[in-house]
Amino acid sequence: MVVRKRSTGVVAVLAVAGLALAACGQSSGGESGGTIELTITQNAIAGGKNAAGADFIANWVIPKFEAAQKAKGKDVKVKFVPSGVDDEQYKTKLSLDLKSGKGADVMDIDGIWAGEFADAGYIKPLAEVVGPEADSWDGWAQIPEAVQGAATYKGKKYALPVGTDGRVLYFNKTLFQKAGLPADWQPKSWQEIIDAGTKLKSSGVPVPIQINAGAAMGEATTMQGVLPLLAGAGGEVQQDGKWTGASQAMKDALGLYQKIYGGGLGDPKLQQEAKGRDKSFQQFADGKIGILMEGDYFWRGVVNPKTGVAKMADRDQVVGYAMIPAMEPGKGIRGQDFVSMSGGALRTVNPNSEHPKEAFELATFTLSPEALKEETKDGNVRITPRTDVNKEILAGEPLLSYISDKVLPLTAYRPPVAIYPQVSVALQEATAAVVGGTAPDQAAADYQKKLEGIVGGAGNIAS
Amino acid sequence: MAQATSPPEVAEQAVRTRRYSSDAAGLGRLRAGAFVAPALLLVAAFLVFPALWVLYLGLTNYRLTGAAAAEPQFVGLGNLIDAVVNPEFWSSTWLTVEFVLGSAVIGQVGLGFTIAWLLRDRRGPLKRLVEGLVILAWILPSAIVAFLWVALLDRDAGTLNALLHTPGYAWLLDHPMLSIIVFNTWRGTAFSMMLYGAALGNVPPSHLESARLAGASGWQQLRDVVFPHIRGHILTNLLLISLWTFNDFSPFLLTAGGPDGKSEVLAVHVYKVALQSGELGTGAAVSTIILLINLVVAVFYLRLLRSKK
Repeated sequence: MVVRKRSTGVVAVLAVAGLALAACGQSSGGESGGTIELTITQNAIAGGKNAAGADFIANWVIPKFEAAQKAKGKDVKVKFVPSGVDDEQYKTKLSLDLKSGKGADVMDIDGIWAGEFADAGYIKPLAEVVGPEADSWDGWAQIPEAVQGAATYKGKKYALPVGTDGRVLYFNKTLFQKAGLPADWQPKSWQEIIDAGTKLKSSGVPVPIQINAGAAMGEATTMQGVLPLLAGAGGEVQQDGKWTGASQAMKDALGLYQKIYGGGLGDPKLQQEAKGRDKSFQQFADGKIGILMEGDYFWRGVVNPKTGVAKMADRDQVVGYAMIPAMEPGKGIRGQDFVSMSGGALRTVNPNSEHPKEAFELATFTLSPEALKEETKDGNVRITPRTDVNKEILAGEPLLSYISDKVLPLTAYRPPVAIYPQVSVALQEATAAVVGGTAPDQAAADYQKKLEGIVGGAGNIAS
Repeated sequence: MAQATSPPEVAEQAVRTRRYSSDAAGLGRLRAGAFVAPALLLVAAFLVFPALWVLYLGLTNYRLTGAAAAEPQFVGLGNLIDAVVNPEFWSSTWLTVEFVLGSAVIGQVGLGFTIAWLLRDRRGPLKRLVEGLVILAWILPSAIVAFLWVALLDRDAGTLNALLHTPGYAWLLDHPMLSIIVFNTWRGTAFSMMLYGAALGNVPPSHLESARLAGASGWQQLRDVVFPHIRGHILTNLLLISLWTFNDFSPFLLTAGGPDGKSEVLAVHVYKVALQSGELGTGAAVSTIILLINLVVAVFYLRLLRSKK
């Protein structure tokens, strides 16, 4: 009996070891019997985050691409590797994949990661990975210079741009009506945002204003919080090669956080919760948040009546949007009255891919006019990288043509340098401190101290 | 690693056998070496080498991304010094001590022993039910358990708030440490309960009977009869669960170390430094310190175990 038990144990151990070895043996781009196997990954998953994008890849791109390759006499099988997590976790996963020489053949990354990935050697210039085909792709002619810039690092193209975006203030028109505020609200200064918040509060709205803060929301705090406010106060995170420390603009931006979260116009706890951003989406959809600063992703992927993560059936009637005002008219960067921030995703070919040419074909296939039109139909419009496609699809979509016409001309971009993400974390911590009760001036001074450690001394900080 | 620690009796036996013969199996040194070689190779490959690798990484500025990922530079003890002067490291260390004392030493040992003591003479469905529930909490996968606890403690729609009629009370934000301590006590009590259950079975009933006849109170019986018998078990149990809890990552699933680092125990701290911020070098340096703390804790308990009285 004892002997039998032992042998069962041994078998179990062997089985586990076998499984582990089998798992190790899996590679990304294996070849079996002349079939070319490709994988493509995005931070998208059916039924969850960016569901529309995941469905599009699985139901349209893969069958069409396989058929097109078959017609050319190639047997290609494509697999979609889904992911439905916070962007920071997705980035960690990709870096670990790439570090160990693995990863999907075609992968989407945030434009702002390009620098650090390139410095690490995780991604390489397309011309190096793919060959001359990379530069002769006919799509380049349709992509504006500024959008191509997002995929360019140190003068070389590392990826294909997937699109661009812009940030606005969203507001709930039903709540606005109850508070006696106009349905075509357009604040012209920060004070007008605060005033609207005060009115919303006295009309019984639980969370009048949501502007992301704290480290739990990650880059969403920086991109949809600090940076637009900083731009509104006339500052940039990096200007002429010097980083912005505890400048007046930084103190002003943090000061607005204090007014909102110290003055009962926002929910400080929501900024600390591990799933705070997802909750803020849900609360907006439930009519508990009056004003919320977000990118166009919010309109397309969150409150989208069909595929959103916090669907609003009456989105088109209830959700209003306005440009983000400067602190006071003319006080924004470049003397602007209104400001915004833009980023954008990139689609790149993994240098570890065994079939880089086919992978590049797959990537360009997803950005062909037909594919983009298919992807953006049925209310899934986004700003694509191609002007020829945008002209057609944006016409019927109020918010995205608004962003394309009014917001993109005055937008700003994050500095495309490898240490930006570390600076971003320091900014998030500064907002967390203010929300937690620290005075803005103190938080700005603490930020400058951390910044010195990150960027290599006070010499790299504008005084 | 901790699981391989042998119970006290085995150690004593080993000492005794050595006194009679240094080569009990009669294999000779070479053949005995050949027998253990595969095991030693595995240990070297999967434990010793990674540990040394961590030591080495801790001396570089290795990063997950960026230029330092491609060509890490040797920075000597810089990372260790950075880690030690970082107030976040000390607050994490202190939180970890709180977590170990609260959830392992007081929570799991106390609750586990109490359950085992109360159920020691019972048979039947009640005992099976209680043991079943406690063990269930132990064997469920962490992800599922964490989801259940988030649902229990959630601010907006949590079960606990519904039960206590305290809508909107943010347990995980206002009492993050208490939340994860209670959580880990609930989660890990089964091990202590089973170990003490088995140990109590070894206490000769006649000793307890004589103590009772001599008029010893319940507490006196525990102190003078039970504890001396199960002293080895208590120490082994404390050693194991202290180390497990010290390195436990599951609080991350509940609070993600937040709010603002108020529940960032060392395991979570390393994850945040090494993987979220990408500073693999500094993360490795912190891991080295954790390794040292683990060694100190282990040596402390093992010494206690060896000392006769």
